[in-house]
Amino acid sequence: MELQHFVAKIHVDGPLGFDPAKVVDVLHKWVAAQSVPGVLLIDVAELLHVPNGPGVIAVGHEADYSLDQTGGIWGVLHRRKTVFPGSNADRIVQALKGAAQTALRLEEAFSGTLKVSRTTFELIVNDRGLAPNTPETYAAAQPEIEAALRTLLGHGDFQVTRHDRERRERFGVTVKSAKPYDLAALAAG
Amino acid sequence: MKASAAIWKERFKGKLPEPLGSEVDQFETEIGLRQQGKIEDKVFAETRLRRGAYGQRYDNGHRYDGTESRKLPFADKPTKGPGTMWDAPGMLRIKIPFGGLNPEQLETMSELAEEYSDGIAHVTTRQDFQLHFIHIENGPSIMRRLAAVGITTREACGNAVRNVTACPLAGVCSDEAFDVTPYSHALAWFLMGHPDTMEFGRKFKPAFSGCAQHACGLTQMHDIGFTAAVREVDGKLQRGFKIVVGGGLGPVPRQARTLTEFAPVEEMLPITQAVCRVFGRHGEKKNRNAARIKFLVDKWGIEKFRAEVVTTRQELREDPRWLEMLKGFEKTAEGPLRPPGEMPKLNGNDKLNQWVRGNVRDQRQAGYVTCAVTLPLGDITADQLRALADTVRKYTRGTIRTTVEQNFLIRWISKSDVAAVFAELDAVNLAQPGSSSVVDITACPGTDTCKLGISSSRGLGGEIRNRLLAKSYQLDEAIKALHIKISGCFNSCGDHHVADLGFYGVSRTINGYKVPHFQVLLGGQWENNAGSYGLPIIAVPSKRAPDAVDRVTEYYVKNRQKDEKFFAFIKRVGKGPIREILEPLAENIPTHDADASFYSDWGDPRQYSIGDIGIGECAGEVVTRYEFELVAAERLVFEAGLHLDRGVPQQGGETAYSAFLKAAKALVQVQYDDVGSEPDEIFAEFKERFFDTQLFFDPFVGPKFANFFFAAHAARGEKFDADTAHHRIAEAQLFIEAVHNCYNKLRSKPAPTAAKS
Repeated sequence: MELQHFVAKIHVDGPLGFDPAKVVDVLHKWVAAQSVPGVLLIDVAELLHVPNGPGVIAVGHEADYSLDQTGGIWGVLHRRKTVFPGSNADRIVQALKGAAQTALRLEEAFSGTLKVSRTTFELIVNDRGLAPNTPETYAAAQPEIEAALRTLLGHGDFQVTRHDRERRERFGVTVKSAKPYDLAALAAG
Repeated sequence: MKASAAIWKERFKGKLPEPLGSEVDQFETEIGLRQQGKIEDKVFAETRLRRGAYGQRYDNGHRYDGTESRKLPFADKPTKGPGTMWDAPGMLRIKIPFGGLNPEQLETMSELAEEYSDGIAHVTTRQDFQLHFIHIENGPSIMRRLAAVGITTREACGNAVRNVTACPLAGVCSDEAFDVTPYSHALAWFLMGHPDTMEFGRKFKPAFSGCAQHACGLTQMHDIGFTAAVREVDGKLQRGFKIVVGGGLGPVPRQARTLTEFAPVEEMLPITQAVCRVFGRHGEKKNRNAARIKFLVDKWGIEKFRAEVVTTRQELREDPRWLEMLKGFEKTAEGPLRPPGEMPKLNGNDKLNQWVRGNVRDQRQAGYVTCAVTLPLGDITADQLRALADTVRKYTRGTIRTTVEQNFLIRWISKSDVAAVFAELDAVNLAQPGSSSVVDITACPGTDTCKLGISSSRGLGGEIRNRLLAKSYQLDEAIKALHIKISGCFNSCGDHHVADLGFYGVSRTINGYKVPHFQVLLGGQWENNAGSYGLPIIAVPSKRAPDAVDRVTEYYVKNRQKDEKFFAFIKRVGKGPIREILEPLAENIPTHDADASFYSDWGDPRQYSIGDIGIGECAGEVVTRYEFELVAAERLVFEAGLHLDRGVPQQGGETAYSAFLKAAKALVQVQYDDVGSEPDEIFAEFKERFFDTQLFFDPFVGPKFANFFFAAHAARGEKFDADTAHHRIAEAQLFIEAVHNCYNKLRSKPAPTAAKS
């Protein structure tokens, strides 16, 4: 099963300690500097007026980066839009790398007021055509996801929970690691 | 392109309703041909527009980053229109005839918003949906998934018949003559792809209303409007429509004219076909700025237009669909799922009480209500769409409508279910009270995503909304009833002309820096199907526009007579006093060094710019002669509006012409100090220096604004009525804006010497 267009969202630890509108300025600077290698950043979308919505997004051609509040959970999100070559494991690594890099940059920009989780993130396949949210998809994808996570996290002490509350949601899982992971290592891929 | 494109194609192969399915196939082929360079980009642009795929800001590959305009390094690929980068994201407009949707369609919208857009579906002022940041190559997959649930993007943009809008209360309203739903549905599908609509020089927007007095259908501001009416013929009641044509907003709005006071419903489709044929045959094709049907109606006069439609109607070959389509759709009338009920006792739940007061309305059918779902700036998330689908499925027979106020309306809710519906909506933040009230602000996309945006309409809308919400408990009931509508430029996509308080984006230059501004409009009327249009009274800095709302509303509350509506109040007191209280907001703008916040727009911290023009060379100059002259021109336009309000249109029209002259002279003086005051001399100098050189041409609409001046100059001595004076005043205001823009353009280049060559 080919899984593409991964969304990786690393949850924010605790409450957001700053006005999320301040992210707009930071992301505009990223666009101005074209500061994400391999990604053409085009614009910033500020959608904070929508409760529990997509927040503030740096919109790119290949991928988007955002401070996201979907589901009422703040998180730093990377969304792959174009096809990424390689294996499913490569794409999982790439998605988490994008989210971790973004998280580190935002933590630096909002030092002391933003800290992302070192244990919890979500992985979502943003394509219902490739991966409908069914038990069958999970059965097919689970071994590859877990294998990729074992390599990435360096251990197997984590819990993967399928998002099965609502069949109409995209196929996705929440990963909780029993040991804190090194965000910089994730960002390095 | 998404990896699943082939999966969707295969999944829906042979299963999509025709002609929707084959049209998507064609579009996919055209995308391929364009990629191979086998279709001209101009032709491809119109092709994609007719499929609803519209451009978006920065798709020319340049973006101002707050310091300078930079090239966005898009891959070198064929363009998807002149100067439009292939990989630049675009907007997809999705037509929703009469705003009617079912739960499956809501769910599909949620999927598409998540998978292809930014997670938001946006409801427009014409009951459409828009998805932003869409890649052109994902268009066919999106269109297939829409077609699978009976939705099309066909002719959502381009020179075509746009979405057919209708009053969202149709069928349940106690004031309507009859339910216009089946007729609006019939018209939408009858005209889609109809040969008589293929030759339009511009877009064509139809609207239906069930009654004349309310705003829901806004028929007066449409290219063609249908208002339901019933008459008695030989003792029998006959259904029909009053049909109006040639209305429209845009830079210079027009009230529609009456084509016929009554046409039986059986004549609705053939008469519309005849109108389309007349427009296609005789409407302007070359100059797109004068190509809407309103210009043809203006040029001919309504009598000649009507005569041509009557003749053309007689020529039409009989089409059985004229009647068949009406019968077919009449069977699809909506009805209740659950038994009628009684309203719950409203206990201490303040939020529920407020919501019921503002968002719930009795239907004509006893025991049922409609519930408005208010969306902030028309935006809804994928999660909310799914929850809304569940509510609609649970409490109705699966129907809901979008509204022109960028909201949803759930109909056929049993009164006994109101509290439960509220609870479900509230759980997903969809129970915002104040539907159709002052906090329910309409705004076009503006500089967020629109290529033509000048100021941030959504940013301003959000800011005003937040401020009003913060004090909503203290707001006077009279203020709560007001409508605020905001457009990012003069093109009126935010319907600013028909608001109590309208705003449209303009820019001004202060000491060499650009400052986002909004023109404040007063005198518009939302009621009576958009019964009258406002005029600008003053431009204020964007950052002070919320203060303008405060000042105007406070003045209104303090000075209104008992039960006096805002429209009547403005008519009584005139715009002069309002301008006076707003003037301080327009003055004494802090320098860039003192307060840089004035030099960026709401929600966008970049230093403000339009057209990527940098800081001029004259920074530090305080007030130039040009600026004095322009202020005088703006004052003349304002005075022209006052004359019109006082019922002296002749003086209004003539003063507007003086404003043209003053503004033109101001610009000429930038190059030639010694220009005289004779109209012919100003005209000749302006023409030679700014028209013939094309210096005055707008990048998007070319000579349009200069032509306003030329027409006014050529028509000196003409007799004005209220309509023609209104047009002349609106045109003068736009000419002044164009003078500002031209002047800014000049200042960004080395200035020519003052001496005449």
